[in-house]
Amino acid sequence: MDEGKPLFVQIAEQVEASILDGSIDEESQAPSTNELAVFHRINPATAAKGVNMLVDKGVLYKRRGIGMFVAPGARGLLLKERRSDFAERYVQPLLAEARRIGLGPEDVADLVRTGAGAEPAKP
Amino acid sequence: MNSVIQVRNLTKRYKDALALDGVSFDIEQDAIYGLLGRNGAGKTTAMSILTAQNLPTSGEVRVFGENPYENARVLSRMCFVRESQKYPDDATPRHAFAAARLFFPRWDQGLADELIDDFQLPLKRTIKKLSRGQLSAVGVIIGLASRAEVTFFDEPYLGLDAVARQIFYDRLLADYAEVPRTILLSSHLIDEVSNLIERVLLIDDGRIIMDESADDARALATNVVGDAAAVERVVNGREVIHREGLGRVASVTFLGRLDGAERAAVVADGLELAPVSLQQLIVRLTQHRSAGRPGADGFGSNNSGPDSSGTKSPSTDTSDADTQEGSLR
Repeated sequence: MDEGKPLFVQIAEQVEASILDGSIDEESQAPSTNELAVFHRINPATAAKGVNMLVDKGVLYKRRGIGMFVAPGARGLLLKERRSDFAERYVQPLLAEARRIGLGPEDVADLVRTGAGAEPAKP
Repeated sequence: MNSVIQVRNLTKRYKDALALDGVSFDIEQDAIYGLLGRNGAGKTTAMSILTAQNLPTSGEVRVFGENPYENARVLSRMCFVRESQKYPDDATPRHAFAAARLFFPRWDQGLADELIDDFQLPLKRTIKKLSRGQLSAVGVIIGLASRAEVTFFDEPYLGLDAVARQIFYDRLLADYAEVPRTILLSSHLIDEVSNLIERVLLIDDGRIIMDESADDARALATNVVGDAAAVERVVNGREVIHREGLGRVASVTFLGRLDGAERAAVVADGLELAPVSLQQLIVRLTQHRSAGRPGADGFGSNNSGPDSSGTKSPSTDTSDADTQEGSLR
């Protein structure tokens, strides 16, 4: 873990990734702050900040006395967010690099359509 | 937040040197602090005074609301793991743990036994004959198993190899999660502890120059790399803490962050932005006294790759300095 993002954001994103890929189901228990802290070797206060961020977003909710659970609809919420971030996170850097090496948007589109040449066929 | 320690205008003067120069700070309950700074900055002096093992020249110290001096009520709730703790000549680790068990009311023998096993510490050998790493392990075990409400670790890792240090960090974090308490950890291995600590206290030349949450500290500075003229336009008017160059490429670190629009403009200019790790930030803020290594201008010292390799070279610097200079003051 060593990107430009704050540590607690990275923790939140890891939990989100587990929800997105289905390794934590909706309505099932999410890892606790202490579990996250020990696993990622970070201060529990930092882990708590990440968890709270997910609570504020409506991805997790607290069941009193038991712990954090994945909210119903969390996966859909995250998918929607990821899709709306897709252009900024992936397409814009792609086009910027293409521009630097003299490829226009049409060239890039061609590469995408032809599977960029190297992409293995779908199983 | 509840503070367990309050320090006001604390000054400590040794014959010819001012070790602490009127420092004031509070230590919040149940947080892990990184007490950081160069050798001789005043870390050990501060910890010795807080644990009543040394007297201040002037100023006031309150621990749990009381003066700690010869105050058994306060002292039994604190544990100070010194970098070079002295033991009687014929003492073994078994003796040291037995004494600690009597002294610390919250001592956890089960945890001590697990740690002895983790560190594979020979219990019956005299402490005099232990290796430097084993001696450090004795201190680490006492510090963790004491479960004292306030525990000070003064560079507890000397002689511990990477595996043993990781055991210490993992055990510290796991036990802290289970039994929250206040921990002050002084360390030069900033990269290793930066994710463990909640707050940073940075001492330089006897003064506190940073008292921040670790998250905020990590966001304090920004590094921008690229064409020198373009870089200079970005940092114009900002507080630059480090500057190096290689040909027409400049790498400049400044205090502050760029907002979304500024970032976009910088990236569109072909410049690269990188976060500044806690270790880099602290090296930049405290390197003014390092002879022969000017913090500004000149040629890019030994690190030509401005981003990834740039993070590594200061770290080797500090840890080398560390192993060479044993004691403080």
